[in-house]
Amino acid sequence: METAPQFFRHGPGPFARLFVFALLSCLLIAEDVRFQYFPQLRQAIGVIIFPLQKIAYIPANIYDQVEEFIASFNLLEENIKLRQIYLENREQLLKLASLEAENIHLRNLLGAVQHIETKTRTKAVLAKILYTPRDPFNHKIILNKGSQHHIQLGQAVIDDKGIVGQVTQLYPWSSEVTLLTDKDHSVPVQVVRNSLRSVVSGTGKNDQLELRYLSVNTDIQRGDQLVTSGIGGVYPPGIPVATVLRIERDPTGDFAQIISTPVAGVDRNRQVLILSLIQPDSDDASEALEIESGKN
Amino acid sequence: MLQRRLKLNPERTKDDRSNKDNYFGQDVYVSASNWFIAASLVMALILNFLPLQGDILIFRPDFVAIAIAYWNINHPHKMGMSVAFGMGLLMDAGNTGILGQHALAYCVIVYLTLIFGRRLRLFNSMQQAPQVGLILLIMQTVIVLVAISGGSALPDGYYFLAAVSGTLLWAPGSFLLSMLLKQKSDPDAL
Repeated sequence: METAPQFFRHGPGPFARLFVFALLSCLLIAEDVRFQYFPQLRQAIGVIIFPLQKIAYIPANIYDQVEEFIASFNLLEENIKLRQIYLENREQLLKLASLEAENIHLRNLLGAVQHIETKTRTKAVLAKILYTPRDPFNHKIILNKGSQHHIQLGQAVIDDKGIVGQVTQLYPWSSEVTLLTDKDHSVPVQVVRNSLRSVVSGTGKNDQLELRYLSVNTDIQRGDQLVTSGIGGVYPPGIPVATVLRIERDPTGDFAQIISTPVAGVDRNRQVLILSLIQPDSDDASEALEIESGKN
Repeated sequence: MLQRRLKLNPERTKDDRSNKDNYFGQDVYVSASNWFIAASLVMALILNFLPLQGDILIFRPDFVAIAIAYWNINHPHKMGMSVAFGMGLLMDAGNTGILGQHALAYCVIVYLTLIFGRRLRLFNSMQQAPQVGLILLIMQTVIVLVAISGGSALPDGYYFLAAVSGTLLWAPGSFLLSMLLKQKSDPDAL
């Protein structure tokens, strides 16, 4: 079929087209912010852009390899250093085991109710940060492990010092982690000093977390350590989250304003650990903390 | 005929001098193939996805926005609004932002460049840069508005530095793209 040559080839005018597409994107925005009926849509787009992200990661990969090559010259020293750290950690682990045994024993003596079974056995998978999105509005990172590597939604992500965030979106070969500092992210925590329970929330700013709804006379001090309480079952208990930075107690208000900073290098690492929680299989193993390092 | 009269027009001579030596070249690179446009957009997406950390993130321009603006100013109607919309969706998914945020912003770029394209084409790329910077600023404002509607706080002023870096990148970027096009169909090759 031949079509007649078009002298003035244009469909609807620019404004009409903008109107249609603006309407379409407004619908999408409303769908994404409020309802989220189609999580598959985002996943499908994620699969499309994955090869592009892989290509974009090539320069960083080369940089990593060069760095590793240079680092390999002083492997011997590093090995000795790591061995020392390992021995120190080992000693602490031994202490922990004996303390745990003592704790169980004392608990039995007291006839106390056994701890509510929390998911405490963890398995860790090492993941690399693919890239940080450019948006200043949400604090998220993309990791190179996805549902094909048996990562699941809601898994906790940590580094060597503490909690980094939580897996919130899964793609086949990558996953999206919402950082502690994201405005929509909260972690149930406990103060180490007096085991006060609270929830720490992100503020959308780098290196700032907020303890909301604690009354003015709450017993909390500058420098207090906050660790996960394990309530809610997302995070295993006892992992460091933040340190209290400053407290403003305004006697006219109901709540104290408590600002804390995350312990982990939330915006600094290249590698992180994804913790998968395993239900304890038997009662007596319920309190054993076991960290197996998974394959890379 | 019309061109010659324009050239003789004394008021026009200054503008024409900058365009005179590449006047023939300009006529040639009208024929930008769809493949070339697609390749440049994919390249821009890859540049946007580069894993960067630290302070350099603030200065990173939105390469896709620049590419879309370039094609719509210099070759209008080659790349429709639907393509810009699709690119925006890809950016949103890669960016972990609200789906539709960049799609809307890129459609606004296409609209503005279609409206002002004829005027912008009168200038050379150095003179175009500040005006394109304004368009990029409008695009960023759209993104901020959508983010605020999603419950985000207002970002600090550094966020808009991306428009500044985009402005700085405009002249070299459009020079590069037009160079690549000129090589493809060089009139002297015959």
